[in-house]
Amino acid sequence: MADRFIEPDSPELRARWGAFAWTAENAEQAKVIVGRYPAGRQRSAVMPLLDLAQRQVGAELNTQGWLPIPVMEYVAKYLDMPVIRVVEVATFYTMYNIAPIGRFHVQVCGTTPCMLRGSDDIMAACKGKGLKKGHTTADGMFTLTEVECMGNCASAPMVQINDDNYEDLTAADMERILDELAAGKQPKTGTQLPGRHTVEPAGALSNLTAMVDANHDYRGEW
Amino acid sequence: MPKVKVDGVELEVPAGATVLQACELAGKEIPRFCYHERLSIAGNCRMCLVEVKPGPPKPQASCALPATEGQEIRTDSEMVKKAREGVMEFLLINHPLDCPICDQGGECDLQDQSVAYGRGASRYHENKRAVTEKYMGPLIKTTMTRCIHCTRCVRFSEEVAGVDEIGALYRGETMQISTYLEKAAAHELSANVIDLCPVGALTSRPYAFEARPWELKKTLSIDVSDALGSNIRLDSRGREVLRILPRVNDDVNEEWLSDRGRYMVDGLTRRRLDKPWLRRDGKLVAATWAEAFEAVAKINPGSSVAVIAGDLVDCETMFAAKKLGGALGSTLLEGRQTGLAYDTSNLAAVNFNSTLAGIEDADAVLIVGSMIRDEAPLLNTRLRKAVKKGAKVFVVGPQWDPTYPATFLGDDLAVLGNLPAEVSDAFGAAQKPAIILGGAALGKGALGAGLAFAEQFNLVREGWNGFNVIHMASSRMGGLMLGYAQKGGIGDLVAAKPKMVISLGADEVDFTKFADSMIVHIGHHGDKAAHAADVILPAAAFSEKDGTYVNTEGRVQYAEKAVFAPGDAREDWTILRAMADALGVSVGFDSFEQLRAAMVAEVPALGVEGLADYGALPAAPSGAKAEGVIAGYPIKDRYLTNAIARSSPTLQRCSAELLHGESFAEAAE
Repeated sequence: MADRFIEPDSPELRARWGAFAWTAENAEQAKVIVGRYPAGRQRSAVMPLLDLAQRQVGAELNTQGWLPIPVMEYVAKYLDMPVIRVVEVATFYTMYNIAPIGRFHVQVCGTTPCMLRGSDDIMAACKGKGLKKGHTTADGMFTLTEVECMGNCASAPMVQINDDNYEDLTAADMERILDELAAGKQPKTGTQLPGRHTVEPAGALSNLTAMVDANHDYRGEW
Repeated sequence: MPKVKVDGVELEVPAGATVLQACELAGKEIPRFCYHERLSIAGNCRMCLVEVKPGPPKPQASCALPATEGQEIRTDSEMVKKAREGVMEFLLINHPLDCPICDQGGECDLQDQSVAYGRGASRYHENKRAVTEKYMGPLIKTTMTRCIHCTRCVRFSEEVAGVDEIGALYRGETMQISTYLEKAAAHELSANVIDLCPVGALTSRPYAFEARPWELKKTLSIDVSDALGSNIRLDSRGREVLRILPRVNDDVNEEWLSDRGRYMVDGLTRRRLDKPWLRRDGKLVAATWAEAFEAVAKINPGSSVAVIAGDLVDCETMFAAKKLGGALGSTLLEGRQTGLAYDTSNLAAVNFNSTLAGIEDADAVLIVGSMIRDEAPLLNTRLRKAVKKGAKVFVVGPQWDPTYPATFLGDDLAVLGNLPAEVSDAFGAAQKPAIILGGAALGKGALGAGLAFAEQFNLVREGWNGFNVIHMASSRMGGLMLGYAQKGGIGDLVAAKPKMVISLGADEVDFTKFADSMIVHIGHHGDKAAHAADVILPAAAFSEKDGTYVNTEGRVQYAEKAVFAPGDAREDWTILRAMADALGVSVGFDSFEQLRAAMVAEVPALGVEGLADYGALPAAPSGAKAEGVIAGYPIKDRYLTNAIARSSPTLQRCSAELLHGESFAEAAE
């Protein structure tokens, strides 16, 4: 896992984010989220609220969003809980960005199944587009991270970009996706194989073939 | 009461016990790092693995596993031995091999347990993890590379101290223990995490590189920084006490100690009075003992003598001074230096009757005029426990942060006579209601109203006494038992215009009121009283003499002498004995044993370790009414409350940095 470190507290950070507050829409949303938990247990809502805050910051910056310290303090105050407990949560879960991030957070899975199916090529394609592991491109468009298994092994290799997964990738697919995102278009999400919808077998069935038409009891054959 | 078998021996364990506790009851040692009896169970160090049947065929963390009927537990099997070796090897993967330069060396759980349960050598050849140091304030020195992520410090701050300021950031191997934004840990119990840390990650900053534990002589003593009488251990080398650590006493301090009591220690070697001084032409000049006693003899006060006892003195000193005063024909004794004059005719009315351990069971508590975190830090942890069990707490007095939910009823004491429905309902329904009167309440004369409150809500009932007074001076209850109280408080002494005032380390007295008296100061620190004194006789601090202390709940405890007093300073009782000779009277004792015997003969309770019995609570004075507004609490600076603390550079820095926001540049190491 890449090293993540909290963005240090600085006067500039305070000046930029010290006045953070929910937008009218998010204030409503925050109330709904807190309302899901029993009275007095409002701090259970810390995870969805951090996500909401990260998205609001993202909307303001036109990036994927991240959590500056004053924003975490705001959430802590909103939920009436110690700041350190909020920071613990935010630093534990890697989906909270604790340092500034680009418009698109490209998370390439490099765990064994993806690696066997060619994640190295995907990495190389990203590198070819000027992305560097752990860094944001100069135009602020892409941040590249190598991550561990995202649970899409049946359609490996895959990347996650912001809220979407792109699966069954080839290097060419990866380049196209990055180009389309950079051009402001929304590429097709999910599997990139034509004719495949989700993680059903690609091509013909390779096992359990007897079950195609009707249920079949394999137990006698074991 | 489940029956379990530990290593083939069957025994019955209390319901709710864990497997680890069952093993301990069976006399087996279970190694552990994260488990601590007084904290919640984390189960993250895995050192306490044992084999349990029935259950999965793998070692189990005994600290987090409940003991159930019919379990067969093995702590001596090959599997357990191997599991412990494995855990130990994993823990040591990232632990630096810097024991020779680590302050924890010699008293380190990791060191001891790796010797006892480890493999002896590591098979790990990769790089070790390194973690940047974290700033945790002037008391805690951190070397976070040594941290093994047991989270005891995090749990202590959250659960016992109630101040959420230490947390575990990041995850997995990169997990780091830190305060929020590396701010100083600023609460009054912060240094207890040093004792809790099983490795050398959190060590004492002022004590850094001072000594090794095996060089130190350990002496059992009693903390004098507040009136709780926390049980402490003085670690000394040669003539110097190097550190103070808490001892376990479940009735008093459990196993915690306030920062003030712990770090007062470096005040013991600074600003000491180590030779007699005499005031000549308005200036203090050094003198010899002979000259000093000559000067005392020359005062020739007859019976016009008053004795004022300071906050830190032991009962023996006060008794010796009382005998001296008595031999001269005076009974003007007072210990309440700041002018308090509450009624002391019945000591049950000025005692913490619920006892410190007992207050945990209270279910409704009214605190009147006490900022408990400053005045008795370890009482606040008890109240926290009570609140966790469901107690309701109400406070009369200015706002402070109790760390638990409490309702503030305003500053006006008149509220005692006109309680809000919420309070009277809570106390009406309570099984074990309690009131705690603090110094600010006593100062406003609220003792009578407190007793009336106790009568109104029947605070004294079968097996429960809910009337409590919290004192701030370690000498207070002992002094009151010895008669150090005048009806009008110290005002009576002022009015008597004594020729000679004997100050027993009385550093909080306004001596301008004694302008016409000769002031003989028997004290150990060059503090406020020394500035006013005419004759200074250098005495011993609490660490330098045997002594009896009575804490605020009336618990008689004995402290032992750790080191000799510096220079020409002598133990207090010998000074008083010699003064008797100089003044030509007899006090009736020639040795410490005789003195103690005479004291016990006069006040038998002082001869028995444990709670003194003060009898039943008196009836409230008729028409007792509390009025007045509590403008503030007596302790203005919680780090600098007595002469020793004021002399301590560590506590001075705590006060400057943590209370007054001064910043200190860190020297690069």
